[in-house]
Order: sequence, then C-alpha cells, then structure tokens
Amino acid sequence: MNNQKNSFFGKIDWLTISLWLALCLIGWFNIHAAVYDPENPGLFNMATNYGKQSMYIASALIIGITILIIDAKFFSSASPVIYAVVVLLLIAVLVIGRNVGGNQAWIPIGSFRLQPSEFGKLATCLLLANYLSSQSNKNPNMHTLAIGAGIVLFPVFLVMLQPDTGSALAFFSLIFVFYREGYVNNSLLIFGGLCIVLFVMALLVNAWILIGILAVLAGFFMWTFRKKRKHLINIGIIFAASAVFILSVDLVYNHVLQSHQRNRIDIILGKMDDPRGQGYNLNQSKIAIGSGQFWGKGYLQGTQTKYNFVPEQSTDFIFCTVGEEWGFVGSIFLIGIYLTLLLRIIHIAERQRSAFARIYAYGVASILFFHFFINIGMTIGIVPVIGIPLPFISYGGSSLWSFTILLFIMLKFDSNRKGVV
Amino acid sequence: MNSFFARKFVIQGIIISIALLIIARLFYLQIIDDSYIHSANSNVMRKVVVYPARGVILDRTGQVLVQNEPVYDLMVTPREAKDIDTALLCQLIEIDKEGFIKRMDKARAHSPYRASIFEKQLSSRTYAHLQEYLYRFRGFYVQNRTVRSYPDSIAAQFLGYVNEVTEKDIERSNGFYRPGDYIGRSGVERSYEDLLRGKRGVKNLMVDALNRPKGVFMEGRYDTLAVSGEGLVSSLDKELQILGEKLMKNKLGSIVAIEPSTGEVLAYVSSPSYNPNDMVGRETGNNYMKLLNDESKPLFNRPIQASYPPGSVFKVVAALTAQQAGVIDENTTFFCPHGYSYGGGRGFMRCTHYHGATSLIRSIQVSCNTYYGYTYAKMIDSRGLSGPKAYDLWYEAISKFGIGHRLGIDLPGENAGLLYKSDHFTKSYRNDKWRSAFNISLSIGQGEMGVTPLQMANIMAIVANRGFYYRPHLIKAIGDKKIVKKEFTEKISAGVDAKYYTPVIEGLSRAVNMGEGTAFANRIAGLEMCGKTGTAQNPHGKDHAVFFAFAPRDNPKIAIAVFVENAGYGGVWAGPIASMMVEKYIKDTITMPKHIQDRIYNANFMPAPKVDPKKTELKKATDSTKSKKDTTKSVNRIAAITTRETIVHHSAVNRSHE
Repeated sequence: MNNQKNSFFGKIDWLTISLWLALCLIGWFNIHAAVYDPENPGLFNMATNYGKQSMYIASALIIGITILIIDAKFFSSASPVIYAVVVLLLIAVLVIGRNVGGNQAWIPIGSFRLQPSEFGKLATCLLLANYLSSQSNKNPNMHTLAIGAGIVLFPVFLVMLQPDTGSALAFFSLIFVFYREGYVNNSLLIFGGLCIVLFVMALLVNAWILIGILAVLAGFFMWTFRKKRKHLINIGIIFAASAVFILSVDLVYNHVLQSHQRNRIDIILGKMDDPRGQGYNLNQSKIAIGSGQFWGKGYLQGTQTKYNFVPEQSTDFIFCTVGEEWGFVGSIFLIGIYLTLLLRIIHIAERQRSAFARIYAYGVASILFFHFFINIGMTIGIVPVIGIPLPFISYGGSSLWSFTILLFIMLKFDSNRKGVV
Repeated sequence: MNSFFARKFVIQGIIISIALLIIARLFYLQIIDDSYIHSANSNVMRKVVVYPARGVILDRTGQVLVQNEPVYDLMVTPREAKDIDTALLCQLIEIDKEGFIKRMDKARAHSPYRASIFEKQLSSRTYAHLQEYLYRFRGFYVQNRTVRSYPDSIAAQFLGYVNEVTEKDIERSNGFYRPGDYIGRSGVERSYEDLLRGKRGVKNLMVDALNRPKGVFMEGRYDTLAVSGEGLVSSLDKELQILGEKLMKNKLGSIVAIEPSTGEVLAYVSSPSYNPNDMVGRETGNNYMKLLNDESKPLFNRPIQASYPPGSVFKVVAALTAQQAGVIDENTTFFCPHGYSYGGGRGFMRCTHYHGATSLIRSIQVSCNTYYGYTYAKMIDSRGLSGPKAYDLWYEAISKFGIGHRLGIDLPGENAGLLYKSDHFTKSYRNDKWRSAFNISLSIGQGEMGVTPLQMANIMAIVANRGFYYRPHLIKAIGDKKIVKKEFTEKISAGVDAKYYTPVIEGLSRAVNMGEGTAFANRIAGLEMCGKTGTAQNPHGKDHAVFFAFAPRDNPKIAIAVFVENAGYGGVWAGPIASMMVEKYIKDTITMPKHIQDRIYNANFMPAPKVDPKKTELKKATDSTKSKKDTTKSVNRIAAITTRETIVHHSAVNRSHE
C-alpha cells in the first residue's frame, strides 16, 4: 500500500506542478497589486478580486488532486460525453447567458459566473485526442483531418455566435496538434506563415501596389527559372493565389470584420493613433509596462495599475502589473516560467506511450501557448487587443479551473504513462 | 513514437522564438524607450503649486499692518475637463454658460495641457460648497493661495499694493513668476518684493484615472516646500499713522515724521489716500481704474513725489551753511527795513514785517527774509570768487542737507526735488557774470528750488541731531533675525559743525515757544518743540501751508514736516497738525483745545469735484504749456492739481515773498 502510494506520487511530474503553483501565486499577488486599496489591504478579503482568487486557487488545487485520483481511463472514454455537455452549455449560454461587455459568454450560477467557452477548449482537446488516437495506426489522411477539423470548428462556430472572437481564435492553436500528428505538412505550415505575412502586408500596403511588387518578384523568379517549365507554372500559380488572397483580405477586412476589430488591428499596425479612444487600453498598458523599466517599481508601487489607468487590469491586462511592478527582470522571470512549462509539456507529450496522451498534451501546449502569446503580445502591442486571459495568472474562476483541469488531466495521463489508456 | 517525432523541434522552435520576440519587445519598452516612465508620471502626477504666504508687515510696536487671508482659485486643465456637468459647475460658482465658455476658451488658449485659473479668488463659502462636488468635475481643482489684508486700512501709499504679474513681469523675471502670481506694485510691497514674496513650492500629488487625488508622489521626494516671505517690521507707529490720516482727511498734502536718532519713518501720510483693501480681491481692477481716474490722485505718493519750494525751512539751512562757510556767525546782525533791496536798488525782496536790527536767532524766530537776502549775498558775492564759483560752493553745502538729491528711502519712485547747478543760471544769464541778485529768491528757498516733504522732515532730523542723519527708511527690521539694512545704519554728515546748530535751534525754539514767534500758536505745554511755519508758494492758487519741527529740544524723538496744499498760512493749518502729531507721539495724548482739533478734522481743502469729461486732455495741455492762458475756472483748477505732481514752482515769481 505504502509502496504503491509512493510510486503513484513518484510518477507525478512535480516540476509541472511547481510551475503551475508558481503561476497561480504570481497571479494572486499581481491581482492583489492591481486592485490594491490601501484602506482594505488584506490578502483574503472575500469582497475583493484577490480574496476571491485565493478561494479559486484553493478550489483549483482540490480539483487538481481530484483529477489525479480519478482513473485516467475515465477522461479518454468520457471525452465524447464531456464534449457533448460543453457543446450544450455553449448553446445554453446563447439562450440564458448573461451579456457582459458585448459578449454573451457567461452563465450565472449563484454569485459565480460560468464561462463555458473556457471549458470548450478542454473538451475539444479531449475529443480531438480521442479521435486522432483512434486513427493513429493509419497514415494521416484527408478524411481524418476533416473530421478532426470538424471537432475543433463546431465549438468555434458556437463561440463566434456569442460573439467571443478571442476565445474562438484560441481553438485555432490546435493546428500544432494536427501538424505534430502529420495532418499538416511543413509546406502548409510555411504557407500558413506566409499567409499571415501577406495578410499583414495587405493591411499595411495598398492591395494593388502589393500585387505589383509581387508581380515584379514573380517576374524575377520566372526569369531565373526560365529553363524549368515546372517552376514557371508553380510561380505563376503562387502569384495568382497571392493576388487573390490579398484582394480577399481587403474584402474581408473591410466588410466582414467589425469596426472595433478593424480599429484594434489598425492600432497595432500603427495605421491609427488614438491614445484617448480606441488605443487607450493599449497605450496605458504600454505605459504601465514601459514605466516598470529594469527593476520595476516594486510590489504595490505600480501607479498605472493601482490607480486604474489600465483597464481590465486584473483579468486580460494583468501582465501590466507584472511589467510595471516587477520590471524587465520580473517579466523575464514570468516568461521563463511559461517557456519552461510549455517546453516541459512538450517533453511530457513526447514521452507518452499512448497516442491519446501525446495528442492531448500537445493540445494543452498549443492552447497555453496561444494564450501566453496573444495575451502578453496584446499588452505590449505586438498583436491586436484580443480579450483572452493569461493562464493561471488572470483573475477569474472559470479560466483558472479550466486551465488547471486541462493541465492536471495531462499530468494524470503522464503519471499513468507506463499503463495502457 | 511516430514518424513525425522530429516536428517537436519545429514546435519548440516556434515557442522559443515567440518568447524571444516578447522579450525583445519588453527590452525595447522597458529599457530602451524611456518615454513610458514620463508618460506614467504625467498620468499619475499632478503638480500642485504651493504658494508661499507673503511676508507680514508689522508696525514698530508689533501690530499688524498687512497680513494674509486665504482665497481659493479654481483651476482647470482643459484637456482633462471632459464630460462634466457644466450647468452644475456654473451654478456652484455663480457664472453663466457664456462665462463658462469664455473662461474655458481662455484656459485652452493658454495651454490645453497645463492648468490655468478658471475662476479667481472664490470665497471660503463658495469653496466649501464647491468642494463637495469637485470630484465630479474632471480636470478641475482648487488652488489655495493668500491675498493681502489690511486690518486698519491705513498707510496705503506706504505699504503699496500687489497685483497679478503681467507678461512683461514674467519675461523680466526670467521665469520666476508664472501667470497668476502676484507682485508688489508700489510702496514697501514693491521695494521689498524679493523678501516678501517668499519661494513657491511644488507638491507632487498622485491621482487615479478619474483624477481623484490618491496621495503623495514618491513620498514627496520631488516636492519642494514653499518658503514664506520674510516678515518685515516697519518703522511706522500705527497709532500715529491713524491720527495723521485722520487729520489729513479731506486735505491734499503730506505728513512725514522721522525718528532723528535712527532715520526711521514714524508716520507717512499721503493725502488723499485710499483703502488698501480695495486693491485686493475680485474688484481690484475696477477700484484701480477709479483711483487712477480720481483727479485728486490718491495713487500719487506725495511725501516722496511731490516737490514744493521749501520756503522757511530753507532759512534754517541757509543759516547753518553760512555759519559753516564763515560769512556770518551767531552775532551777525542785519537791518531789516521791511525787505531786502538788491541789484543796486533795482530789486526789492519784501519781508513780512519791519524787523529792524535782526540777529541770527531772531531771524529764524521771526523768519526774516531780509536777513537771508544779506546772507545769500554774502555767500555768493563776498567770497572772492566769481558768482558761479561761489554758487557751486553754496550748492555743495546745500546738497548735503539732501536738497535736490534722492535720500534713498526704501520706496520706489522717490523724487529728488530741485536744486540747479550754476551752469543753469549761467545759461539763462547768457554769461557767468551773474551775482546773487540774479537768483536772490533762492536765499529764502523760493523760486527755482524744490523739496519733498520727506526731504523737509529729514532736514529737521539733521537739525535735531545737530549735524547728521540716517537715511530715512520705512523698514526697520527684516525677518525673524531683525536684520537692518546696512545703508540705514550709516551716519551721514550734513557738513555743518554741531556748534553752529545752537543759535538756529534757539531760533526754532523761540519761534514756537515765545510770543513773537511765527509758530507760537502751536506750542505744546510741557514740551519744548522747535519748529517753524512755512508757506510754499503756489503760483496756481492758494499757497500751501507748511510746518516743520522737531521735539523735544534735547534728545529729540521726532522730526516732522506737514504740508497742507492750498491751505494758505502754515501756522493756521499745518502747525496744529504737527503739534498734535508730536504730542501724540511723545506724550501719547493731545492737549490742544477741542475746538481747534475739530476745526482741523473738519477742514476741507479738496478741490471741488469737476465734471469736465475732457479732463485728461486738458491736463496734458496745461502740463506742457503752463503759461497758457487759462480759459475757464475748471481748467485753472486742473492746472493746480497737475503741476503739483511734477516739480513745481520753479518758474515762480521773484518778487513776492513771505
């Protein structure tokens, strides 16, 4: 018995758990700093965000331990049911949800508000792992890819109806899972990368000028490869496709995106300068982080966040507090923790025997990576303002619990990696 | 393991690159670009200027002459003032919508980013009311400062006034002053501006996004304390000043009283005066214009700016300088046949009486013109020198009594009076062969000579001191350490030996205390006052009454000069005023019969109010051409007023004397 218990906890990846705990505590302290009120300084005051967060962290710990106790098989076999429940919740939120800040994303349960889209990522990850692992003895094929993509895109569709673009975008990070499993090849990844570059270029430069530049480039390559017919055709196709893509970006950008989304992108691209209006959040966020300088202003000393210049300072813009109070040093430390966690998850993923566990772990890494990049990137102005939380740090029960569940299920699989799932 | 294992490196690579990208960006934001720290500070920091309290001015007994009173200025930073309840604000500070827009435009024109005054000097009551709602007006805050307050409303010209700096002041001060600051404009406020104003402090407050104050920035590391202005102890005796102003009510003129042993000015009355409190507060502008347009010129600082022919007081100087020059001594006697004939009988300078054989002492006592005609003739004609050369010596001796020179009192705008050098007469005579007959009126201080009331009082101080004076000054001590300016402790000699004063003082004493003296009516029981009446000639109207004195004879405490313009004979009006002042100061009581006191208090020598709207033009016209034939009575009166301000009477008649 004793022996068995030791071996059970011995297999748990304590490094990941330490990193998780470190992030939770960093989050808690920074939420405290962000909403600090000198007249009400207690860390456990339940009327405040940080007081509540302490409760969320404690309950997340209980949830985590519970997950570690549950049989790993449960998560793989129950994944269709979990997926179905979450989909139902996502539909329900459209009907009975509460509208906060333009997004119909929350279901009120007592004083607590449940955000189903946070759990959507978890459910999608599980079902995707379940499905793809069932196909892992075959070579990757279009049929499997289509069904896998369907599993991902269905909740995306529902989340878009809220509409919560930020959360919906997070699902697309699962492209790394498809890539790792061979459903997306290198050239497609490069193609995707190029698409993003072209997309940004298309927004910055007039479409026809950009097409002209590409035409000159195409002409140059055609002249270089004038002896090889096959290359000439390829270059022609690539050029034509790029031109169509650029024009469609123009079309989508101007007619499909909503004006506030366009503004956010414009601000990032420097096409629009509006520090008092649309750019206010970003500007104040950059001021907070930039004013932290090397060592930061110190715990509870950040004036930008303490005095509410930064909006959403305990949720989406929590990184501002880190940047302002802990400076470059503190920011690097936090980024280091994330980087270690992400690389550790990939390491864990690769040591799994079962395809399910591996695919699931990659899903976890993808989602955490996306949140990490987009959230911090947004606060420092390298990606548009997209309202998604920083995992384990941002204030909020739904987000903390869903990320914790996501991570601990992976840890459960990992502790069980010698066994068969 | 499957065949796509190697792809983990690509994924790891992407994650690491993104992390590096974020770090690079952070490096730029937090370390390379330091504009963010400034932005953060300007976000959160509100510089609040802490205005120092202006120095308080006390009288010589420690009673307050000027103190400070708190007022509240409503400030606005236009760029931050958004989405406010304009109607409520207008209602609270009692302005209308147009007024609001006007003030806002003005503030915006000054700077959209810096705070400027929206409404000046709110009363404590308005402020208390406004304060409750202030948090609702983003971009607005209240700045306290203090304004001057004069508990007794006295000594307006002595103290001067402060008002807001102009663009020019700001330029001149190299940025010391900022718009909205106050600066001393006249009187002590101006001459001691550097000491009184103190040093402005800055308090760096932190505000939140809603512009609510949240505490002190960086524990006040960048704050500077306001340093209050130095307090000043003036030489003025408040009780004496109040009495002087009361006595001079409804009269034009001056009283200057000096403590001979120190040069401290004890009373400084310029009449008509004004209430110094009128130069404070929201009505300042209107009140100032009223004073400026008042034809009796309340802003005119008569004791140091009005210049009159000295008249009799000059006989004292003449007697002293002539003894020192050796042309007369205390036994010298001249025969007065009711006047002095000169220029070989071509000219005759009348004397008031037939004095017969007149000694030096008696000449002072009875103010004999003849005696000084002879004395002047001796000074100019009998020293073996040419007229101009002898005059130069005379000029030098006279100058030492302060005539024709600024005494250097600590007030702006002091007039030097008038005393010509010899070349002036050489020029008008067209050669240097002139003699005493040419300007004989100078012998009795008439004609081309002018002294200010301050100079006259100072001459009395010299006589009281038997030969020296200290520069008259208004401020006897500066700050807590009671520093006295060095230039006010310097003993200045008038160039006449002490022994020569004895007969002169005897003459002055007899003038007051003996039946035959010119000032007998003004003697004070139980106090030996030495003094003399005088009459300053006024070619434009009734003569000015003058009285000058010091008392007591031994160990004098006070030297005084009183001018009452257009009041006629000095003994009647100026004398009683002087003796009341002297008695009040020395004995702290007035024994003069009540009916004489009342006569003085009730006398009115103010020019009749004039209704001509073109007065300013007329004034200018009469100013430039004094000889111009006056057409109307009112013009005549204006001429009298105007010329009094400038150096007057040097074109005066040679042949009509006291």
